[in-house]
Amino acid sequence: MTIRVVHYINQFYAGLGGEEVANKLPEGREGFVGPGMQLDALMGDGASVVGTVICGDGFYGEHTEEAREECLKLIGGFKPDLLVAGPGFNAGRYGFACGDICSTAGKALGIPTVTALYPENPGVELFAKNTVIVQAADSARGMKAALEGLARIGLKLAKGEALGPARLEGTLSRGIRKNFFFETNGAERAVAMLLDKIAGQPFRTEYEMPVFNRIPPAAPIKEMKKATIALVSSGGIVPKGNPDHIRVSSAETYGRYDISKLDDLTPETYESVHGGYDRVWASEDPDVVLPVDAMRELEREGVFAKLYDYIYTTTGTGTAVAHAERFGQEIGAQLKAAGVDGVILTST
Amino acid sequence: MTREIEKAAGIPVVQIATIVPIMLTVGSNRIVPGVAIPHPVGEPAKGPEADKKARRELLMRALEAMTTSISEQTIFERK
Amino acid sequence: MRLEMHEVNVSDIQWGQRTEVRDHVLCVNREEATASVAGDERFASVRLDLARPGESVRIIPVKDVVEPRVKLKGGRGYFPGFFAPPETAGEGVTLVLKGAAVVTCGPIVAFQEGFIDMSGTGADYTPFSKTQNLVLTVEPAEGLGKHAYEEALRLAGLKLALYLAEACREASVDEIRVFDKGSITEENEKYPDLPRILYVCMAITQGLLHDTFLYSADMKTVLPTLIHPNEVLDGALVSGNCVSACDKNTTFHHVNNPVVEALYRRHGKDLNFLGVVPTVEDVRLAGKERASSMNAALARNLGAHGVIVTEEGYGNPDTDLCLNAKKCEVLGIRTVVISDEAAGTDGASQGLADATPEMSAFVSSGNVNEMIEVPPMQTVLGHPEAIANLSGGAEESLRPDGSMFVELQAVIGSTCELGFSRIGCEWI
Repeated sequence: MTIRVVHYINQFYAGLGGEEVANKLPEGREGFVGPGMQLDALMGDGASVVGTVICGDGFYGEHTEEAREECLKLIGGFKPDLLVAGPGFNAGRYGFACGDICSTAGKALGIPTVTALYPENPGVELFAKNTVIVQAADSARGMKAALEGLARIGLKLAKGEALGPARLEGTLSRGIRKNFFFETNGAERAVAMLLDKIAGQPFRTEYEMPVFNRIPPAAPIKEMKKATIALVSSGGIVPKGNPDHIRVSSAETYGRYDISKLDDLTPETYESVHGGYDRVWASEDPDVVLPVDAMRELEREGVFAKLYDYIYTTTGTGTAVAHAERFGQEIGAQLKAAGVDGVILTST
Repeated sequence: MTREIEKAAGIPVVQIATIVPIMLTVGSNRIVPGVAIPHPVGEPAKGPEADKKARRELLMRALEAMTTSISEQTIFERK
Repeated sequence: MRLEMHEVNVSDIQWGQRTEVRDHVLCVNREEATASVAGDERFASVRLDLARPGESVRIIPVKDVVEPRVKLKGGRGYFPGFFAPPETAGEGVTLVLKGAAVVTCGPIVAFQEGFIDMSGTGADYTPFSKTQNLVLTVEPAEGLGKHAYEEALRLAGLKLALYLAEACREASVDEIRVFDKGSITEENEKYPDLPRILYVCMAITQGLLHDTFLYSADMKTVLPTLIHPNEVLDGALVSGNCVSACDKNTTFHHVNNPVVEALYRRHGKDLNFLGVVPTVEDVRLAGKERASSMNAALARNLGAHGVIVTEEGYGNPDTDLCLNAKKCEVLGIRTVVISDEAAGTDGASQGLADATPEMSAFVSSGNVNEMIEVPPMQTVLGHPEAIANLSGGAEESLRPDGSMFVELQAVIGSTCELGFSRIGCEWI
């Protein structure tokens, strides 16, 4: 069974002209057009470019929804097993269109998609998570290499073969980490890397250090005596029995619990479910992680006006940063709506 | 999580935790160094009085951090 | 120091009349072996089972894995401070039942537990699907406190391993490996031009089930120190760490430390292996700062050109990792770290809790959150219900047919940060 490939290109590569034809409406043609010929040859006998969809970059950018819909219809009409778009090199609008049509068609038709872009093409950041992107040069001088990449990766995807590491496949990373088995064990790799580092030789780190985001500090509370303060914790302090089944690690949820009637957290009512620290202390007195007792005292003394009725809690070990960020956004929105003035967040 | 709560709510969030370098790296703005990982806001081994005293002191420091104007990440140490 | 490792290759394990190795089969007298550990009144019951590579067997929840060894010369018993006098390990002759292992099992705290599958996908991720395992499962006496239970089981595992090796003292040896390295001064004289490398071995030292022992001293109370690599290979380090199955260094891992072995292999050839600094992962920031400063100072004092740092665990120890790397780099000492990542089940999350630009040479032992599908096993040794408490497992992970969809972190040794296996992580 030959793999049916549809190729998406813009007006320029279809040989129709440049900027003056950038508003060209979507059009479908049987077989290959322009660079599609080489693509078809490179894919060999097992695959065929059965159709080409052409659209003007300007039209796609300015009438994206319409362009998407039309192109999708045309692509679908060819009954493809695979969509190849571009190569778009460093052309911004073309890169956007390639990425977008791949993303759209991939979801709508459930087929694998691949395009080829220069790493700095804005289309990369927008669509790297939604389609496979082969690394291409910044201009058509890299056409041959880009088409070779598209053919090779396209075939793998169409056959359902798993892709290897981005750096070896020549693709641009989707920002996802995947485990692989190497030739040598980690210890050997570490020794080799260290000797290269000492000798001033180039080496490839297996994980680049991330850069974290910062935000400007929020304005201080003007009058603490009138303030409502909330308690939040990543120490896994939950009502006894963990009614919401918050996970002991890699938490994907957080809990919100009413403490309005509590002066103190005790082992009868609360417990720690965080698996990453010695819970001996928290088991005897959960206040050492979530300080309700002392906060009540300070509230009674009038240091601040009110301890917010609810606490928020989750477990912070192994918690994916993406989840933690989402929790923060949701909790923050709720606290804002409730008129809370400040938060004390405890972590273990 | 601290950073996102602060961003979403626009109110000061003071984080009390032991591993200050992590809080700095993930972007917490107001930081109060906690006692120890298993008990960031207490000194339970020192007995109930000392434990409560430590807890109050940390919370007072956190509340003070909330009323302090800062322009960058700040660690509020014991005075 | 000169250590001869006399290895008796074990390729099968069976119950037998006498505990001995015959034609590479480790025969175990079940009653005698059981009696060697059942005497501890802290146990209500004790059970031994066998688990061999390729069998449809799941062992859960695993506490430790111990390699059966005994001193033939230059010492008595094994594991100084536990079942040997508290004397320096690393010299003389040690007998090893190579290919055999004691696996201890028991739900002590029931958080972040781990399993070993002897076949199927899960087996690909642990070294203990390839060892001939004698599995010790215990039930604690009623009312037994967690600390007492942990200690009792830890000791029982060591004792059982020693029992096996002792019984096989006379077994014919298949291979002798020699580990011979002089003092630092001697080796510096022999190899003045080779880069001097120090190995800083981070051990988890954070409380119940998160502990490590150096010459039987609880390392929570210990400061970093310098030991000869032979000491590591000969039982100076024992694990009391039973959490986060994927990257805990079992006692088996310690005596087979791959970084020590890799550095030893190249010692005198393209590097000069100074020694090993077992160091702590304190729960207080001051402790982390203190340990990392001491590690860097040791490296500097020893004239190290480079340091390899291995972590144990993830989360707060990532800060120790950063501090260790940073303080050495700042002194001009080049560092490489080995650590795993917690990049989320989708692989798209930031993998470390802390970071520092100086950690520019990083060997990854894998993403602990990656999901794997493991088939049902015909036999489950231990406590199947412990699945709900697996790191990266929830009740819904275990399906009625016994198959599981769990995070890699539930598999013992899957992302061991000593760099024991060939696993790694890449961007896709």
